[in-house]
Amino acid sequence: MDVQTWTFLIVGFTFTLYVGIAIWSRASSTKEFYVAGGGVHPVANGMATAADWMSAASFISMAGLISFMGYDGSVYLMGWTGGYVLLALLLAPYLRKFGKFTVPDFVGDRYYSNTARVVAVLCAIFISFTYVAGQMRGVGVVFSRFLEVDITTGVIIGMGLVLFYAVLGGMKGITYTQVAQYVILIFAFMVPAIFISIMLTNNPIPQLGFGGNLGGDIGSRIAGGQSVALLEKLNGLHAELGFEAYTSGSKSKLDVFCIAAALMVGTAGLPHVIVRFYTVPKVRDARISAGWALLFIAILYTTAPAVAAFARTNLIDTVQNAHYTQHETEKSIPDWFHNWENTGLLAWVDKNEDGKIQYYSGKPFVGKPKFIEADKRGIHGQRLLENKPTESQNELYIDRDIMVLANPEIAQLPAWVIALVAAGALAAALSTAAGLLLVVSTAISHDLLKRTLRPDITEKQELWAARIAASFAVLVAGYFGINPPGFVAQVVAFAFGLAASTFFPAILLGIFTRWANREGVITGMLSGLIFTSSYIVYFKFLGGTSEQWLFGISPEGIGTLGMVLNFVVAMIVSKRTAPPPQEIQDLVESIRIPKGSAGPSVHD
Amino acid sequence: MDTQKNHSQYWRLNIRLVCILLAIWFIVSYGCGILFTDVLNTVNLPGTAFPLGFWFAQQGSIFVFVILIFVYSFQMNRLDQQYGVAED
Repeated sequence: MDVQTWTFLIVGFTFTLYVGIAIWSRASSTKEFYVAGGGVHPVANGMATAADWMSAASFISMAGLISFMGYDGSVYLMGWTGGYVLLALLLAPYLRKFGKFTVPDFVGDRYYSNTARVVAVLCAIFISFTYVAGQMRGVGVVFSRFLEVDITTGVIIGMGLVLFYAVLGGMKGITYTQVAQYVILIFAFMVPAIFISIMLTNNPIPQLGFGGNLGGDIGSRIAGGQSVALLEKLNGLHAELGFEAYTSGSKSKLDVFCIAAALMVGTAGLPHVIVRFYTVPKVRDARISAGWALLFIAILYTTAPAVAAFARTNLIDTVQNAHYTQHETEKSIPDWFHNWENTGLLAWVDKNEDGKIQYYSGKPFVGKPKFIEADKRGIHGQRLLENKPTESQNELYIDRDIMVLANPEIAQLPAWVIALVAAGALAAALSTAAGLLLVVSTAISHDLLKRTLRPDITEKQELWAARIAASFAVLVAGYFGINPPGFVAQVVAFAFGLAASTFFPAILLGIFTRWANREGVITGMLSGLIFTSSYIVYFKFLGGTSEQWLFGISPEGIGTLGMVLNFVVAMIVSKRTAPPPQEIQDLVESIRIPKGSAGPSVHD
Repeated sequence: MDTQKNHSQYWRLNIRLVCILLAIWFIVSYGCGILFTDVLNTVNLPGTAFPLGFWFAQQGSIFVFVILIFVYSFQMNRLDQQYGVAED
């Protein structure tokens, strides 16, 4: 069977599975819709959290990103995992004891204020929408690349599926589909990774092969008969081609520090992750569940950097000074090069007209590749570009997404593995999209409608409102998936920066201090919000340059300063205004003690 | 021992545990993985070709994070039992 047939089969099977799970786990009450009835097993919740968290970007782009950044890419690895330690130790058990359904629930109740609640709702909706647009786009891109439909059709199919199981099953449906999606995505990520590890290092465990010697079919060829470590060889190749050493960094320490902190704290403050900890039965389960979640995430996150180094070494060795056309006796490029050139993710300009590819540090040409008509070819058969070549010797453009997507072809794996990667990427994108959409729908039906505007609606009406809000959110997300605003990539920094500078300090102070009050936290959240968003808007959209960065901190890391500002403002204002009323101080006391936790209650 | 005092001691021990674990969290990620990588990179992780700082940044810190959460969970459950504040 060919790749196309396999892809239809495997993707079709997984989609049927998701629909089946949705029908089996329909939600019949708001408690089931918002928090899956609060009865999810901690291991299942760990898997669901892992799938919820790992997006299309983690699955497709992260290994590629690290591959091109080397050590500097570590900030994403640490940043996107370290946040779970904060979540487990500082937030999850207490929020579970608090009960209720959402993050705005906690902010609104703990700070006895509907203003605080509404600020939290707006932040939650904004964070979730910036994030979800990228997921729907990811679904469309995977469809178009593997199933040869156009991106719009892909997005619509993805929307239909999410609409079905999120609207029908709510959190309950989402939780169990996410468990299935985790299994599919981790299998799809690991199978090619293990094969590549064997081919380059003769070690089936990528995490170990990463630090071992070159060996196996491809590895021995690269090593040229010598016994040399993979990382040593890679650093050597980098030095030859004028790149920074793979294992050491080039960014300023303070900036790296701030980016890592913003990502960690942002992760801990993301509403779609936090809400997963309301779904387990007990405080104890919330603690251990965070451990399971991080363990399941770590399987992918420790494999990704290994894949990055394997792919990088193999790529450089394969393309450097290879003939573009096939030569019997000399090194020539393999077939996958042509396949990916046809998709526009690779491009080659033969600057010195020797018919061979030269790959060096620096950009080959200005901007993203723009090809001259679809079928216009150069003398060697390569696609021709409109872009203006640069002075650099480098002739090759490589899109970072190729590193994961082309892996099965590079390792010459069977067709079903390629199909599996497609299904895995879809699982990663759909699971994250569903989790985010639920946050949006809950924020509207529960936090805004039930808790703020119309407290008198019945549970049945609220459930209907939740379903309508979920459908509406899917449509908006789909619209942004089909017509992506040009700034999607830039606004991801927003999501983390805002979560770090608004939610995290508000929740932390709410649990660990008795004195944090309404006035303090509202001014704190607003200062964090305004400071962080104006910094990001100024540098991302209004043409600020890196020379103007405050203390040399990039917009990706500014959430860290926003968080500090939030803390400081909240403390000063809280100390100078009236302390919280006694019943709130009692609430803080009760949150700290596991005993007496109930299932998330439907409040009156 | 009255409940109030009992609870405040439980809370103090909880805070102490969290502080110790977060100190380790900080040292492996920000310390070994960022601030002192250059120094650590001069040696390899024994038995492998990983420069030590690079290994902490791309592998080691993540393994430690997982262990920290399981240790926290285990210790807190024990503390809950000792102070009679467990859920059942």
